[in-house]
This record gives sequence, C-alpha cells and structure tokens, in this order.
Amino acid sequence: MSSATIKKDSGFGVAQLILLLSIAILVIFVAWPVLLILFNAFFVDGSFNSLDFYRVLTDPETFQALTNSLIIASMTTVGSTIVGTFFAWLVTRTDLPYKNFMKSLFLVPFMLPSFIGALAWKMLLSPHAGYINKAFMSLFGTTEPLFNIYTYYGISAVEVMYLFPFVFIQVCGALERMDPTLEESARISGAGLLTITRKITIPLVLPSIMSGALLIMLYSMAHFGTVAVLGIEQGIYNIPTLIYEKIHESAGSFESIRTGTVLATVLVVTAAIIIWGQQKILSRGHYQIIGGKSFRPMELKLRGLRWPLLLFCLAYIGFTIVLPTVVIFLVGGLNTYGLPFTWENLSLANYKYILTEYDVTKDAIFNSVSLGLAAAVITMFAGVMISYVIVKMKVRGKGILEFLGMLPFSVPGSVIALGVILAWSGKFGINLYNTVWIILVAYIARYMAFSLRANSAALEQVHDSLMEASRSCGATMWQSLKDIVIPLVKPGMISAFFLIFLPALRELTVSIMLYAPTTRTIGVAIYTLNEDGETVMSTALAGVALILIVIGQTLINHFTKKVSE
Amino acid sequence: MSYIRLVNVTKRFGDVTAVNNLNLEIDKGECFSMLGPSGCGKTTTLRMVAGFEDLTDGEVWVGDRLLSSPKKHHYTPPENRNFGMVFQAFAVWPHMSVYENVAFPLRLRGLPSAEIDQRTKDALAATNLLKAASESPDSLSGGGKQRVALARALAINPDVMLLDEPLSSLDPHLREEMRFEIKDLQRKYGFSIIYVTHDQSEAMALSHRILVMKLGVVQQIDKPLDIYAHPANRFVFSFIGVSSFTDVLWQDGKAFISGSDRPLPAALTVPEEMKAEARFSLASRPTEIEFTNAEDPAGVHGQVIRRAFLGEIVDYLVRIGDQQVRVQIGRRDPGPGPDEACCLKFLRPFWYKAED
Repeated sequence: MSSATIKKDSGFGVAQLILLLSIAILVIFVAWPVLLILFNAFFVDGSFNSLDFYRVLTDPETFQALTNSLIIASMTTVGSTIVGTFFAWLVTRTDLPYKNFMKSLFLVPFMLPSFIGALAWKMLLSPHAGYINKAFMSLFGTTEPLFNIYTYYGISAVEVMYLFPFVFIQVCGALERMDPTLEESARISGAGLLTITRKITIPLVLPSIMSGALLIMLYSMAHFGTVAVLGIEQGIYNIPTLIYEKIHESAGSFESIRTGTVLATVLVVTAAIIIWGQQKILSRGHYQIIGGKSFRPMELKLRGLRWPLLLFCLAYIGFTIVLPTVVIFLVGGLNTYGLPFTWENLSLANYKYILTEYDVTKDAIFNSVSLGLAAAVITMFAGVMISYVIVKMKVRGKGILEFLGMLPFSVPGSVIALGVILAWSGKFGINLYNTVWIILVAYIARYMAFSLRANSAALEQVHDSLMEASRSCGATMWQSLKDIVIPLVKPGMISAFFLIFLPALRELTVSIMLYAPTTRTIGVAIYTLNEDGETVMSTALAGVALILIVIGQTLINHFTKKVSE
Repeated sequence: MSYIRLVNVTKRFGDVTAVNNLNLEIDKGECFSMLGPSGCGKTTTLRMVAGFEDLTDGEVWVGDRLLSSPKKHHYTPPENRNFGMVFQAFAVWPHMSVYENVAFPLRLRGLPSAEIDQRTKDALAATNLLKAASESPDSLSGGGKQRVALARALAINPDVMLLDEPLSSLDPHLREEMRFEIKDLQRKYGFSIIYVTHDQSEAMALSHRILVMKLGVVQQIDKPLDIYAHPANRFVFSFIGVSSFTDVLWQDGKAFISGSDRPLPAALTVPEEMKAEARFSLASRPTEIEFTNAEDPAGVHGQVIRRAFLGEIVDYLVRIGDQQVRVQIGRRDPGPGPDEACCLKFLRPFWYKAED
C-alpha cells in the first residue's frame, strides 16, 4: 500500500489572490464611483437627507429632463421595435431579392456613431438652414419648413435610425434559429401564412423582440449625442445632457454636482429595472424553439410586392445611411458652411488641414486612438481574469464578485463619468482631473461589461474536464492555463479587444464630461467644434472618423473570420 | 383503386436528384413505412406528400383529389390537404397549453365551440393526456410532447397521417411503447399512415408494407417479413437486420473463401450467375449460422477470434481464411471457446455480386 499525501490549500493561496485582485479592480473602477454618486445624492453635509433628494428631483428643470428622457426613449423604442421587427421578418421569412446583402446593409447603422448622424440631420433638416427644408421652402414658396428636426419627433426619428439594429439582430437570430417544424405543424393543421405569423411566429419570437426593445429603451434613456446635437438649442434636455450641462457650466459647484448625482441615481435605478426586466423576460419566456434537423423555413412569396419592397428597403438605407454620410463628406469639403455644393466651393483643403495642421483635431485623433488601444488592452486582460474567477474557479467569496460583475452592465456612460469625477478629482488623494488618465479610467469602467460578456462566453465553452485532463497529465495549474485555457479563449479575448477599441474610438458621452483643452477625443472635438460654429472643420473630422470606423470594422470582420475558422 | 397515389414523382435540388421517378400506391387504412439511410429521399418524399416541397415532376393524388402536379400547374397548399403530421422534434407550441395545442387546428376550421371542446377532449383522452390538458407542453417529457403532437394531428380526423421519424427523439423503452400506441390509434381511427424512419425494427413492428430507398431510388416494396426473408438486393439485405458478408473467389470450378485453401462444401450451392464472376460475396445473418462438428460434410472450417456474452445470445467472431464471420447462438447452446478451431454451417446463404 502506498500512501499519497494530498496537499491541502489552506489559508491564502493563488486562488484567493486572484479573487481579491478581481474584486479590487471592479470596486475601484466601477463600484466606488457609483457608491460616491449615491452618497452624494442622498447625503447632505454628511447626514442622510431624502427630502433634499426629492426637492432636486421635483425641481422644474430636473423634472422636465426626466420627462424628456422618458418621452424620447419611449418613442424611440416603439419606432425601433416596429422598424427592426419588420425588416428582420422581411430578410428572414420572405423571398425578398438579395436578402443576405440587405441583411448586412441593415447592420451598417450599428457601426455609425449616432451623434455624427444627428449632425448630418441637423444640416439637412434644421428648420431654416437645413438643405432639405431650404429646398422645400424655395420650391413651394413657403416659409414653413418641411420638417423640424429640433423636436421630440426629430430626435426620436434619428435615434431610431441608429438603434433599430438592436431589435433587428435579436429578431433575425430568433427567426433563423427557430425550428421550422413549429410553423410547418401549424400549416398542416390548416393555418395560412398570416395566421401562422400572428398565432405562432410572433408569439414565439416575442421574448426576443421585447429584450431588444428593452435594450433600446436603456440605451436611449442614457443617450447623450443625438439629444445634445438636436435638442439643446431648443431647450430639450434629457438626463445625460442635463448632467453634462450642470457639470459643464458651473465648473463643479456643489449644487450642480448634487443635481447631477440625483439625475445619475435615477438613471442607475432605471437601468437596473430595465436589465432586471430583460433577464426576467429572457429566462421565463425563453422557449426551447431550436430544432433538430432543419429544412429551410417557409418563405412568404411576396409576388408582385417583391421588387417594390426591395426598393423600399434600398430607399430606407439610402435615406438613413447614404444621404447623411454623403452630406457629412460634402459639407466637410466646403470652403465655408452655407455655400451651395458646386465644384468651386468643394476641395480637400479642410481634410488636409485637420489632419496635418490643426492641433485640436490632430490631438483628438491621437487621443482617441491611444485611449482606445489602452482601454481595450487593459480591459481585455482584466476581463479574462474576472470572467475566469466567475465562470471557472471554486473559491469562497465568489458571490461578491458575481454581484460586482453585474454592475458594469447597468451603469450608463454619463453616470460613470460623473462617478469618476467624484472619485478622482483629488478628494481622495489622487487628482486625475483635466488629464487624459481620467478618461482612461472611465473607459475601463465603461467597457468592462463588453469584455466580461465576450470572455465569459468563451470560457463557458471550455469544459472543466479539459483543464482536469491537463492536470491529470501532470501539468500545474499555471501550465494548464497557459497551454489549454488561454489558447481556447483567445477568440473571446480578441473579440473583446475589438468590441472595446471601436466604440472607444467614436466615444462621446463619457469624454465630453471629462475633457480638458488638450485631452479632447474625436467625439469631443467634433461636438465642440460644431458648438463653436466651426461647422466645416467639425464635419470634416466627422468624415475622417467615419473612414477610421469603416476601416476598423473591416479589419474586425477580417480578423474574427480568421479566428473562427 | 388505391387511396394515396404517387405517379412518376421526381424531385431535384439543383443538380442533385433527391427522388427519382417514384411510383407508389397506398391503401386506405394502410400503414406504410419508408425506410432508408439519411439522405435517401424518404423525408423529401414525405414532405412532397405533405405539400412542403413542390415536385419537379409527377403527380400526387389522395382519393380523387389531385394535390400536386407541376405539369397541370396544380398545387394544394399543406393547410388545405387535411393531413395530420408529427415531426421528429415534436414541434408543439410552447406558448400554448396542451389543450390549446390540440384545439388549434379545430379552431382554424371554424367549428362550433362545443364540438371543438368535445373533439379536443376525445383526442386528449385517446392519447392519455386529459390530466395534462391545462399544462404547458414544456413541463412534459419527450414522450408527453410527442403525445401532444399526435393528439393535435388526430383531432381533425385526418385522411392521412404523416409521421416523420416521430420516435427518434425518445428513449428506447418509450419508443417501443409509443409504437404500439400509434398502431392502436390507427386501428381505432382508420387513417392511412406514411411513416418515415431509419429504424428498421420500428418499420417492421408497425407497417403493413415497407419501402426501402437508397439515393432517391426505390430498392424494394414488400411486407415486413418478405423484406427480411427475401431481400431484393445486396443493399436491402445489409440494411435490414444484422448481416455479415464474406468474400468468395471462384477458381477452377470451385469456390474458396478469400485466403482459405479449402473449397466450400458442395452443400453450399453457388448460383449459376455467380460462376461468371471471379469474386463475389456469401452473405448471411449471424443467427442463421450454427456450429457443427468437424466431420459435417456441409461444414466450413474456421477459428474463433473472440466470444462475447450479450445476455440471451452469445456473439462470436470467426476467422475463415482472411475473412471474418459473425455468428450468434443462444446462451444455452453449446459453442466453442475463444481461439478454438470450429466448423460453421450456413443455414440460409445469400449470394451477391461483389461491391464495385
């Protein structure tokens, strides 16, 4: 008989160290700033005061912003859900020509920053100076504009154009994965295609529609760019724009910080409720509708409507994507804003100027690229570690980390920015305010959710037995991690990197609250130049940003395809 | 006249011919199975009868109704065919209760509500589901879900019941039970069944007649016992039941098992048409070979490679020349031990040309 001694890990081991490190990262970057917001919202002079919270909340200006957020978010949600569901159905369940091509076209708005779109629509449809309105007024000899973009309807319409893919992608996925025999069995039961759509298909994909709609609701409530570009001029503020205005105009007075924290608290609570609702819908209404052997699903024959509907889709894409993009590039080429688009007035001079001479824009491009790279690399590695603890490790105290890991998903950008200001402006010994570091810290907090999602998904694919098999072959835990786990989660890490880098490149909501004169990002530079009346420079920079984004997206598609092969 | 008729039915997907010139007649109240490996065209045929696939050529008739005919530009959509269909993956609607699932086709037919209720309950009773009527189908087991699908197909009192591998998603003992339930329901309601499966025992147990298909071409249509006892060709023989093939060489008017220097005994008569081939196969079912004593003139000599007890039967692998033959005998029958020399007697030999 041989007696083996089993070494028992007791006390403080590597596992505990990793756990503590993970908890520390989430606490420092996410939890603490949020706690500071809650503290500042409810505590006045160091004592709890909910009455004052109520006073700030019911202040006419604050209350109006809350109402506006709700109105705009509701209209955007309803609009995007209808548009997204309709197009998803069209490209998955009908014989629309060039379906796959159309499907990829509908995903294009995903990568376009909505505030650049808003900028374009401002130039097209502002009541008196917009190109379309001007053309309309001179054509019909009227002084009434065709459509005023500076309204709730205008703002919501622009948000719908850029947000509907959230619903589109969810519904497409559900329709494609759905077992076709669920519909076929209804058909053989005697139901026609319309009845099947009404009674079977839509109820079965309803959870996906709802979850996409809630995502849009959340996004729109916390959305800064479109409202900032189109609303502020007419005094339409929503929660994030009012937080920005408060922090910006009063340079950090106590009263404005309080208003900001109260608004931020409302956002956090709303976000938490929405995310809770989404989880509930997904877990309860998540039908097992994925089938075994699959035949092609039934397609509705559009017959005479085939080509008209394709034309409609193309017109939609042309109107919502091509037209604004063309306007951006054209205005970016104008010598002076307001001139007609003729060859004498157009040149590449602006583009050359902002890329080679103008310090504001040169700095902005450098800042955005380096911030994006840094945030993506740091967040990618932190995300792998934290996801590993959450998904794979059996260690006491993991529950705290699981709770903290949920947090980044429900904290909107403007809340993070405000929290970061409270935490890192010297009150606690470190002052990063007015440096580029404070933006980096905020980006890490903002994009942690993306990294956690991509990495946990990859880690869940790696079955425990793979690691156990490696250990039983004689590899230590570190060797197994290095040789087995890391190679298998590499696709997740790479996709996390890109999921962070590209959005960071076009980020506005967070950096607008944290920038100093030399630390503008591309988004901030576009926005502030536009505010200062430098319309053509701002638009030219927007054009450059669009090109950068398209190149980045192409690279992603190229890389992720390679990785998955 | 037969009830269901497929006339010269052909289906092509691009360059691939999934079903080639199929002619088929099925009687009222008959249970007809289509059997074959995956990709043989059986499911495509069923889906053409259902109306989910259109025909490239040919006609589908039920009674005096023409359902599909590309030549005559006629096509009745599935919802107007009055068929019942059960799918492999159950396809019960998770957002409706069991009762609502079964009542759905009746509601579509605009029947009076009292009749809907009565017929739904009848169908639920026939499938032992009355107690689960108000439950969600997701709370049922696989067998329960498939009963819901059956009840839903029964409720409309269909002319034809189409079953597309309905038992493949169930575990084995449940499969056997459901098999007989389907048979009982058919006796009670009298509909015709077209049953698609790749499981031969299912087809044997249920059907009046079986069609064996390979690559879109019919190999044999016969009663279950005839398919087993008189397979039309090498493919049918190997597809139905357990089989073992041995290479045989024809040299100087004598047959040798490949690698063996002893000719086969005269008792194993080689058919005339094989004698023209240099190489052909001796096929047999493992249960139709027995051990005999070494002096038996009809015996073929070999050596046991391995022996395995499979409960009631004992499974042998025997080497003859460079070939291997499977033999199965009863647990109580005397048999040789491992590595012993032995002598085999082929009770029902089949002879097939060598595979290309």
